[in-house]
Amino acid sequence: MNTAMNRVRRGLGNGLVQAFLVVVGLVWMTPLAGLFLSSLRSAEDSAKGGWWTVFSSPGQLSFDNYSALLKNAGITQAFWNTVLISVPTTVLVVVLAALAGYAFAWLDFPLREPLFLLVVALLVVPVQIGLLPVAKLFGQLGLFGTIPGVVLFHVAYGLPFAVFLLRNYFAEMPKEMLEAARMDGGSEWRIFTRLVLPVGRPAIASLAIFQFLWVWNDMLVALLFADSSSQPLTVQLQSQIRQFGSNVDVLAPGAFVSLVVPVVVFFAFQRHFVQGVMAGSVK
Amino acid sequence: MTATVVTKETRPGTTPAPDRVRRTRRRGRTVALLFVFPALLLLGALVVYPVLFSVGRSFFDASGTRFVGGENYAEMFRDPATLKAIRNTTIWVVVAPALLTGLGLILAVLVEKVRWATAFKLLLFMPMAVSFLAAGIIFRLAYDEDPDKGVLNAAVVSVHDAFAGTSSYPTARARDGQGLTKEADGSYRTSASVTPGRTVALGLVGVLPGDLPGDAKRASAAAGRTAGHGELGGVVYLDFTPGGGGRQGRVDPEESGLPEMKVQAVRDGKTVASTTTAADGSFRFEDLDDGAYTLKLPASNFAPPYEGVSWLGPTLVTPAIIGAYLWIWTGFAMVLIGAGLSTLPRDALEAARMDGANEWQIFRRITVPLLAPVLTVVFVTLVINVMKVFDLVYIIAPGPVQEDATVLATQMWLVSFGGGNNQGLGSALGVLLLLLVIPAMVFNVRRFRRSQR
Repeated sequence: MNTAMNRVRRGLGNGLVQAFLVVVGLVWMTPLAGLFLSSLRSAEDSAKGGWWTVFSSPGQLSFDNYSALLKNAGITQAFWNTVLISVPTTVLVVVLAALAGYAFAWLDFPLREPLFLLVVALLVVPVQIGLLPVAKLFGQLGLFGTIPGVVLFHVAYGLPFAVFLLRNYFAEMPKEMLEAARMDGGSEWRIFTRLVLPVGRPAIASLAIFQFLWVWNDMLVALLFADSSSQPLTVQLQSQIRQFGSNVDVLAPGAFVSLVVPVVVFFAFQRHFVQGVMAGSVK
Repeated sequence: MTATVVTKETRPGTTPAPDRVRRTRRRGRTVALLFVFPALLLLGALVVYPVLFSVGRSFFDASGTRFVGGENYAEMFRDPATLKAIRNTTIWVVVAPALLTGLGLILAVLVEKVRWATAFKLLLFMPMAVSFLAAGIIFRLAYDEDPDKGVLNAAVVSVHDAFAGTSSYPTARARDGQGLTKEADGSYRTSASVTPGRTVALGLVGVLPGDLPGDAKRASAAAGRTAGHGELGGVVYLDFTPGGGGRQGRVDPEESGLPEMKVQAVRDGKTVASTTTAADGSFRFEDLDDGAYTLKLPASNFAPPYEGVSWLGPTLVTPAIIGAYLWIWTGFAMVLIGAGLSTLPRDALEAARMDGANEWQIFRRITVPLLAPVLTVVFVTLVINVMKVFDLVYIIAPGPVQEDATVLATQMWLVSFGGGNNQGLGSALGVLLLLLVIPAMVFNVRRFRRSQR
C-alpha cells in the first residue's frame, strides 16, 4: 500500500515536472519564434503591433523582406565576407593547431614544456587586450580593414585552445602505434598525415565546428579590424541598429539569416558541437 | 616524462654510431620546430607581444608620449563612467554565474525524470549556436517598451490588466461649466448635489469616436427615463454629436452613452454606493436614503493605461541584459551538469531511496555534494565568460542608456575606439580585464601540470 501511494505521489510529481519543463521549453522557443515571425512582416505592420498579431491576421506573413534582403548589396556582400572570414580561419586554426599539437605531444624540441605551459596560460587571455596593439601592427603592415587581417587575429586567438585540445587528444594515442610507424621508416610528415590526422578526426571535427561558429558569430573583432567592404554580417547588422524600430524589416530577417547557418550546423553536428563547446568552456 | 620517452624511441634498435644519432636527433628537432613554428609565430606576434605592449602602454598618457606611471589606474577609479563599468561588471559576476549554475542544476535534475530529455536539452542548448548579435536583436525587440510591440511588456500589461482592470477613457474630460468639477486626484464630481428620484445626465468630451467601446449605444432613451422613489439614475454620455449639430450639455439623439464607466454616490464625503454604466451609459442607484448626494466619476476611469515595465530604462537595463544572457547560457550549464550527473554512483542514490529519503533530501544531501566539482567548473567557466561580456551590452542597451549598462569590456571599447580615444586608459582597462582572469590562468596551468604527473 505504501509503495502504491508512493507511486501515485511520484506519478503526480512527474506530471508537475513535465508541465514545468514544457513551460520552460516554450519560453525558450519564444524569442526565436518571435524573431522569425517578425522577419516575415512588413515595416508598417511591425510599427503597428507585435509579431503575435499574426495569429489573428496571418495575412501579414510574406517573404518580401527576404527577397528585399537578397537585393540589398550591403547585406549580401557582408554574408560572403562572413563566409570568407570564417572558413579560412577554421581551416588555418585546424591545420596550425594539428601541426603544433602533434609536435607538443610526440616530438622533441627545446623548451617544449615551458612553451606548452605558455599555451595553456594563454587560454583565458581576453581578446580585448589584443585589440589596440594589433590594430597598430596591422596598420603598419597594411592589414587593417582587410579580411586577411580579421582572419589572422581570429586564428591567433583561436590557437591556444585549439593546440591545447589537439595536443591532449594526440597524447592519448597509443605509443606503440607511433613506434611501429617510425620503425617502418615513415617520415614525421607522413606519420602526421597518414596516422595522426585520421586518428584525431573526432577531436578535429569538434574543434572545427566550435571554431567555425565562434568566428561566424563574432562581432567585436570584426567591428575593429574590418572596414565597410570587408565587414561580416554581424557588423553590418549592428550598424543598422541605430535607427531601431523603423527597420525591423531589415534587422529581423538579417539576424535570422545570420543565425540560421550556425543553428543548422548545430543540429547537423550536435554531438561534436556540444563536445567542442564543453571542451572550449575554459576559454 | 614524455620528452625523454620520445627521444629514446627515435633511436633505432641496434647500437648506431654516435654522430649518426646526433644527426638524426638534430633533424628531428628541425622537423619539430617546423611543426610548431607557424602557431608559435602567430601566438607570439598577436597575443604575447600585444599583452606586453598593452601593459607598457597603460603607463603612458592618452597620446602615448608622456610616462604617467599609475595615473591611468588611478583614473579608472576616479572616472565615474569607468567606475560604473566596474560596478556593473561586479553585478554581472555576482549574479549571472550563480543564477545560471542554480538554474542549470535544477533543470539537469528535473530533465532526468522525463522521456524527452534529449529533445529538451537540445532546445535549451541551441541558443549557444546563436550569435550575441542575433540574440541582442531578439531581446531588443522583446524588451520594447511599447506593449504593442515588445512581447515582454505585452505579457506584463495583459497580466496587470487582468488583475487591476483597465481604465476605459484615459482621454475623457468634462467641459467647464456643464455640471462636473474636476478634483485634484483626477476624478470628476457633480458641482451641484442631487437627490434620489432624479435622473442626471453627465456629459463628457474628449473621446474619439474610434475609441468608444464597440457595444456603446445611444444614450438619449436612457436619459429620458424617470427614476423611481429612492432611486437615483442617469447616464454618462459623450456630449458630442458626430457630424456636428448637437447642443452642449444636452443628450442629443445621436449621442452615445459611455459604457463601463464607474460611478459612485457620495454622501457627506463617504462613498455609499457604486455601480458601472450599461451599454447605453445608464446607471442606477436603488434604495438610497433621502438627502443630498454627489455623484462621482472616480479617477480610475481616466487613468492613463498601464504601460508596462521600462526594461531598457536606466534601472532595469543590466538585469534585462542578464536575462538575455540566461537565455543563451542556461543550456550550457544544464548539459555540463547533466553530464556530471550521469557519472554519479547509482547505488548511492538507490540506497538512499530504499532508506526512505525523499527526493529533496537526496538532492540536498547526496546529489549536490557529489556534484560539487562539476558545479565549480561550470561556475568558474561562467565567471570568466561573464567578465568579458561585450556584444550583448553593446547591442541591447539603447544609446542613451549605454552609460548605465556599461561593463568593463564595453567601457574599454568606448574609451579606446568609440570617441574616448584615450588609449592609455583603454590599455589600463584591458590590463584590468587580464588581471581579473589571471586566477583562472593559474588554475588552468596548475590543473594541467597535475594531470601530467
